[in-house]
This record gives sequence, structure tokens and C-alpha cells, in this order.
Amino acid sequence: MSMPISGVSTAGPAGPAGPEPATGAPAGPAAPPATRALSRMARAVRSNRKATVGAVLLGIFILVGLFPGLIAHDNPNADAYAPRLGISTAHLLGTTAYGQDMFAQVIWGTRNVLIIAFVAGLATTGIAVLVGVAAAYLGGLWDGSLSLFTDVLLVIPIFPLLIVIAAYLHGGTTIVLILVITVTSWSYTARQLRSQALSLRNRDFLAAARVRGERRLYIIVVEVIPTMTSLLVACFLTNALYAVLFASSLQFIGLGDPNTVSWGTMLYWAQNNAALQTGQPMWAIAPGACIAVLGAAFALLNYAFDEIGNPALRSVRRTRVKRAG
Amino acid sequence: MSSVRADADPQPPGARGQAGPVLAVRDLSVAYAMDRGAVLAVDRVSFELYPGEFLGIVGESGCGKSTLLFAIAQLLASPAAVIGGSVDFKGVNLVGMTDSRLTAVRWRDMSVVMQSAMNALNPVKSIGSQFKDAMKAHGVTSADEIAGRSAEVLRMVGIDPVHLKSFPHQLSGGMRQRSMIAMALLFTPDLVIMDEPTSALDVVAQRSLMVQIKNLQAELGFAVIFVTHDMSLVSHFSQRLMVMYAGQVAEWGATRSVFDTPRHPYSIGLMDAFPSIKGERVPLTGIPGRPPDLSRRQQGCWFAPRCPQVMAVCTETNPDLYPVRDALVRCLLYAAGADGAGADRAGADGKAGGD
Amino acid sequence: MRFAFRRAGFFLLTLWIALTINFLLPRLMPGNPALAMVSKFHGQLNPQALHALEILFGINTQTSLWQQYVTYLHNVFTGNFGTSMSFYPASVRSVIGGAIWWTVGLVGVATVLAFVLGTGLGIVSAWRRGGQLDSVVPPVFVIASAVPYFWVAMVLVLIFGISLHWLPYIGGYNVSSDTPSLSPSYFGDVLSHALLPAAALLITTIGTWILTMRNAMITTLAEDYVRMARAKGLPGRRIMLDYAARNAILPNLTGFAMSLGFVVSGAILIEYVFNYPGVGYMLLQAVSGEDYPLMQALFLLITVAVLVAILIADIATALLDPRTRTAG
Repeated sequence: MSMPISGVSTAGPAGPAGPEPATGAPAGPAAPPATRALSRMARAVRSNRKATVGAVLLGIFILVGLFPGLIAHDNPNADAYAPRLGISTAHLLGTTAYGQDMFAQVIWGTRNVLIIAFVAGLATTGIAVLVGVAAAYLGGLWDGSLSLFTDVLLVIPIFPLLIVIAAYLHGGTTIVLILVITVTSWSYTARQLRSQALSLRNRDFLAAARVRGERRLYIIVVEVIPTMTSLLVACFLTNALYAVLFASSLQFIGLGDPNTVSWGTMLYWAQNNAALQTGQPMWAIAPGACIAVLGAAFALLNYAFDEIGNPALRSVRRTRVKRAG
Repeated sequence: MSSVRADADPQPPGARGQAGPVLAVRDLSVAYAMDRGAVLAVDRVSFELYPGEFLGIVGESGCGKSTLLFAIAQLLASPAAVIGGSVDFKGVNLVGMTDSRLTAVRWRDMSVVMQSAMNALNPVKSIGSQFKDAMKAHGVTSADEIAGRSAEVLRMVGIDPVHLKSFPHQLSGGMRQRSMIAMALLFTPDLVIMDEPTSALDVVAQRSLMVQIKNLQAELGFAVIFVTHDMSLVSHFSQRLMVMYAGQVAEWGATRSVFDTPRHPYSIGLMDAFPSIKGERVPLTGIPGRPPDLSRRQQGCWFAPRCPQVMAVCTETNPDLYPVRDALVRCLLYAAGADGAGADRAGADGKAGGD
Repeated sequence: MRFAFRRAGFFLLTLWIALTINFLLPRLMPGNPALAMVSKFHGQLNPQALHALEILFGINTQTSLWQQYVTYLHNVFTGNFGTSMSFYPASVRSVIGGAIWWTVGLVGVATVLAFVLGTGLGIVSAWRRGGQLDSVVPPVFVIASAVPYFWVAMVLVLIFGISLHWLPYIGGYNVSSDTPSLSPSYFGDVLSHALLPAAALLITTIGTWILTMRNAMITTLAEDYVRMARAKGLPGRRIMLDYAARNAILPNLTGFAMSLGFVVSGAILIEYVFNYPGVGYMLLQAVSGEDYPLMQALFLLITVAVLVAILIADIATALLDPRTRTAG
């Protein structure tokens, strides 16, 4: 849960000066900019190794979250077995101190985590877009006050704030967690979006739209936002990643709903039962590893999008030219 | 180690043949490694430069002139690399030399002036400390000598030495550019390479800078390669002129020849784009079309799609450099010896590009 | 100078907002949570404690909201945070005073180390683009940045504490055998107890420094003045440090302070896993014990610490960059 890694913002300058190869857009000129951008991104994801790994991992988790019953046959909540069993073919990860099958818990917990990731991620990004793009586009006093508000919220440490709010609420269900996280963590991506929107503000195609007499809202929604697609995706990934980390951390310290099946709550029970010390390390290690892998998937995809946006950062392993001399 | 050479022995400009060329570039080619494969940015460029000569290189953005400069100065960075040819500087081929051997040549004998001094000067160090870095890198350790020489070169370009303590952002654009030139002259090199040093200045400052460069050249005798997109500016000051297009030499020869009687259709187009303030009023014509995409190699002449004098054969055959009086022109119009082929070659240099 | 005033102004504004959030939060929650707390501790509270609670949470009082606010602010600035519920009758201030040095030591040292090492690795990694270091570093640390802090802590506990028995993993020192003193054995004990938590913090935070520095360096290395430095024949080391790193690091300093917010989050969780008696551990104890006065005060403390760090970093950046220094 460290500081978000930002490559230089995606609105930055291109890398070392070189001849500009024309990037052929596959879709014809009739395709709306959003579709073009998405298909370009899909191609970029396939060609970038990091992105592919991240996408595959994410895909696996999504599948597990959609069809957990196919993989794990036990009811995660039922304390039907002997407690503290080790790893065996019957119990791939063993059982908890309450006799629940750990593997089933991990598998079924995926759903809760993914819901948090996507819902909170989308909602947070939504707010960030609203604030960031509006600030950039409205300018003047609006920009000044919105930016100030964003900056202030950015600087106040989020996790302690989350803890305090959740403490007053005596912990909360998944919905409460999502709400609380959404309300507090939009500021970082709002800033990124604002700076890119600002750099786009004076581009020719927007001037053309203004001259055509389009209304501001139309311009913002139809022209500006589709151009920022790749940054929007990157912001969503960032927010989803932090939603997962924050939510699991809150659950871990007991501020989630201990009765939901989720990775964070598994860790909570593991910690409460001193799982590490009493020879049940899997109880803590397994769900933690899952969080790490899911987070890595988001982070890899995000990093790849940074590279796509700023070619200077790409790894230097292209077609080699044979040097002379 | 030796101290700075303040006693340069200037060669009178145009005194060729006496001491051999300062710089001889032969078939130099540079490629960029891009995702889709290698892109040829400089295609077999050849020329010679004699002591004290002023060579202007002109062309549109993206024609490869800056890449050519960096290739000569061995300053290319990945993904660009020299893939063929040689750069003989005072008889020694620089291509492929290791950095440690290049250090001996760098700045003492060949220096570089870049386009925007605001970007080319380290923003967090004072001018004086950047001068000091250069001198210490070449063995000048005495603080007195460093201070003395720094003040001397600044005075040479008309800047008060008190500005040694200033930071780049504290100087005006013209002063910054002149201090870059001063820095380039610290060791009185034999060759100064300049990459569009006037582009960031206003017209008045441009002219005064050019005059200053010319005066310094007369005084100290260094050769100059001057890259720009402003043909008319450089033509007043250069002896030889090279026009580049799509990484190749399009036309090359004595300035009077190339400027007054351009032969390559591209050069003619460039001339027409710069109206003379004193001449008759003529309609302003640009060159239609856009610069070529170098990643898509094609048969025939690069300029054919935009050429007003294009012939059928132009899209099939790659033109070589053909001699035309005292210039070389890469155009099939002059292929079969039209317009005085084989005539006076005393003014033309360099090999005809083979294909 | 004007720059410094602007930053100080921002600092004060954010401070004020944090204070106000702290004040308003319990009052905005459905069913004032403080009421529950008071009834839980009913009978054990002396009148001063009760009074302090009223001010902090606005319960059982006839005074207006504005009046409460003013008194609250006054209390905060005179250092009166009330009485701790879980450490009753100790004052909140004394509880914090005991815990704060553990955190400062642990987090301070680990963060400085992570920053120095991470920045150094980032510089070298960018300088040798395409080298072995550079192909390994980015993917490894991108993944590392997604790993939850507490999990790393747990893994370390498992490996080095439980399986190998190399290092202790509970508390700040061995409470059963040692008492705080100035003896070398005490220091040794403290050190050995700090090793694993510090390692956890180092491992999880260093990735950020490495990657942000590397990315900043890569952009800086493409600048003309770096190419110019090569043209002058300057030695590689000097270019890397004096021309590239010095420019690349300037925007990083503020990033350093900003990420302190995340470092603090990690510290809270790591202290929790190791039962390390610092401010973070106290916060979580306060949460589970419904000790709201302590919780509030700790939140304020953490926020102020981060704000101060950012202010210092901002000023340092301004001082180091001659463009702001001379322009004023």
C-alpha cells in the first residue's frame, strides 16, 4: 500500500527525439474516438508483456469470483470440519481454528474483494473525473476552489481518516466500506485528470468544437473525455488497487464486518487466533498472498498503461540496430 | 595537463587543400530502432569541411539534420545508432570510439552549441560552474586559470564576466545563447557544431548573434557546421550549403550556387517560400504535401510525391547525387549529364552517393 | 519569500480543515458514538474527564455548536486532549508522549533509509538503462508496491521470528526481562526488536522511491543539458549526479513528503502486527477500546506530522532550486 507510482504523467512530452512513425489507426474515420481509443489500448495490452500478465491474472480472479462454486465445493461459512487441520487433498489449504475449509473461504472471498475493487474503483474514478475535468474546464474561481479542496484532501493521510470514520461507525458492511473509501480517496486521481484535461484544453479539435457552437457540457463529455481514455483506465486501476488495499486493511483490524467472507476478514480471524504462532500460517499467508497477486495484477496493468502513455519509459529491448565501427 | 590553447593558429577561410579537411564524413548512416523495425534517419551522407569553413545545413523538421549533427559529435542516444560510414575528424575516425577516447577530442577540438540555451544549460548550476566543469574535465585545475579563461570567453561574446555567478534563468535569451557560444570556445576548438542556435531568438537578436559568430570565426579560425531551417539567414554567412531531405543530401555545394541557382525542386521550393524583402512581389508558394514517413521505405525518390517536376521514372529509380557545375544534386533531372555534367568540379566535394 | 507564505498558508488551511473534520465527525455520525462510550464508562469518570468529553464530542451540553468549536480549538492549542478512556486516569497527552518516541525511531529511521537507498537505486537503474539492474528493478518493485504492508510483516514474522527464531517479533523490547534504562543491553534489546518491523517498512516503501526516481531520471536524461554535458566530455559520474539527479530529484522531494501519508498507514499496520508500542498501535488500541479522545488526538497528531513534513519538503525544494530561490 505504498505511494502510487506515477510514471511521468501521461500528458508528458515524448521520449528522445526520433522520426515519427505514423501510427495507423485501425478503425476508419467514422468510428467514434472512444472506440478507436479502446481498440488501440487492446492492441497495446496484447503487445506489452507486463500488461498481458496483469490482464491474465485479473481475468483469472474475475472467473473465480463469478463461479466460485465450480472450484470450491465446500461452504466457506460452515464450521463442519475438524479444526486446525493441515494441508491435504481434502482441504487444499487446511481448516481454520473454527473448522472451516480455508480454500473455500479464499475462493468465495474473491467475490467480495472484486466487488469492492470494481464498485469503489469506478465510483472513485467517477468523482475524480467530475472534480478534475470540471476544474480544468471551468477554470477561474471554480478551478481555484476545486483544486484547493482536492489538494487539501490529498494531503490529509487517508488511512487514519478511514480508521476514524469506520471506528465511529463501529465498523461496517461492504457497502459502508465502499462508501467511506470512495468519499476519501478520489483526490490523487482527480489531480492527474485535471492536469491532463488542462493540457488538452487548448487543442485544436476543442477549438473547432467551440467554434461550431457546441455547449460546454457536450464538449466535455463527447470530446474531452474520450481523448483521455487511457488515463481514465489508468486512474480506474489505481483506484481499484487502493480500494482493495484499504478495504482489506480495515477488515484486518476489525473494522469491516467480521462475518463476511473476504480475504481481509480471514486475516482478521487469523490474527485474532494467533494463526502464525499456532502453526496455521496458511490462514494468514493465503489470503494475504491473494491480495498481493490481485494488487500486482492491477499494478502491472497500471504500469503498462504508464508506459503506453509515455514511450520514454518503455524497456529498451527493441529491434537492435547493428552498430558500425 | 596542458592548459587552454589561447593562441589558435587561424586558417584563412577557404584555404582548402593546404592542411587537409578538418572533418570528412563518408557514407554516414544513422538508424533508429523502433517497434516496427529500424528507421533510417540519415542515409549515406558525405561531405568534407576544411579549416575555417562555414557550412550551413538546411531542411525541414524531421529531415535528419539534427540527427546528423549528433551522429558527427557522437552524441546519439538509444534508440538511435550509427549503422554505417565514418566520421574522420582530423584524420581519426570517431565512429565506434569509446567514451574515454572521445573525451580527449570532446570540447578541446570539437564543441557543440544547441538550440535552446534554456534547455541546454543545467538550470541548477551557475554559468561559471558549468564552465568550470568543462575545464576540469579536461585537466585544467588551477582556479586562477579557470576564472581567467571563463571571464575571457564571456568578454569575447560581449557579456560582462560578473554573470559567471548568474543562473541560466536570470539571463535574457540572447545572453544565454551567447554564453553557450562562449562555453563552446573555451578551448578554441577546430570545429564548432551548432544546432539551430538562433531559432529561439527574435530576428534582431538572430542577426547580431550571426554577426558575432562570424567575427569570432574570423578571429579564431574555427570551422562551423550550422544547422537551421532558415535558409536565408544562413546563406549570408556560409561558404557551403547543404540541403537535406528525408535523411539524404538533396543538394550540396557552394552557397552562391545552391542559394542563387537552386536545382533540386525541393531547394527551389524552399527558396520560393522565403520572399525577398527587396525583390519583386511574387505570390508566396509553399511546398505542397507533408514530410515523408521514414518508416515506410519506398521505391524511387523520396520527394516524388510532392515534386512539381516529377517524372515517371522518379517513382522507380532511386536518384544518386549528380554533379551539376559546382554542386551535387540528387535529382533524376540531372542524371543524364543535363546542365553541365562533368563541368567544373573544383567547387564540389564528397562522393556521389551510390545506391 | 512569497512562495514560502503561500505554502505556509496552505499548511494552515489544511490544518484548520483537519481540526474541523475532527470536531465535526462524531457529531455527524448517526447516534453520537460518544454517548455510547460515556455510558460504557459511566461511573468511572471524574468531573474533569466528563467535562472534557462534553467539549470534544458535544454531548450533554447546552452550549451552542459554535461555542463548543471555539472551546475545542482552544483546548487543542493548549494541548488539552482530555483523559484517555482505556488508560484511565492517564491524560491523553501522557499516553501519546509515551508512544511517540517508539514510532519516531522506527518510522523515522526506516523511512530515511528507504528514501536514501531507494533514490540511489533509482538513479543508478535509470543511468544504466537496459542493464541488468534496470530489467529487474521495475517489475519487481511494481509488484512489491501492491503487496499489503501487513502481509509483508506477517511473512517476516513467520520466517525470521517463528521458523528461524532469529529475531523477536513482539513489542518494543522484552518486557519480562528488561526495563527501560540507559544500559547497552537495553539498547541491544530495543534494536533487535526494531529490526523486523523496520525491515517490513523498508521493503514495502522502498519500491516507491526507486520507481519515482527512476522515472524522473529517465525524463531528465533525455534533456538537452545532459546531452550537452556528454558533449563537453564530462565524466559519467558527474553527469549522473550533478546534471541529471540534481534536477530529477527536485520534484521528488515533495513527493517524498506526500507519500509520508502512506508510510504512516503502513507504519500503523506494521506496528499492529508486531505489537510495537508506537503511535499506530495506540491508535488501533483506542479504536478497539472505543477510547475516542485518544483516537481523535492521535489522528490529529498523525495529520499534523504529515503536514509539517510536507511543508518542510516544500521549503527545502524551494531553497534547493535556484529558480525559486533567486526569483523570490
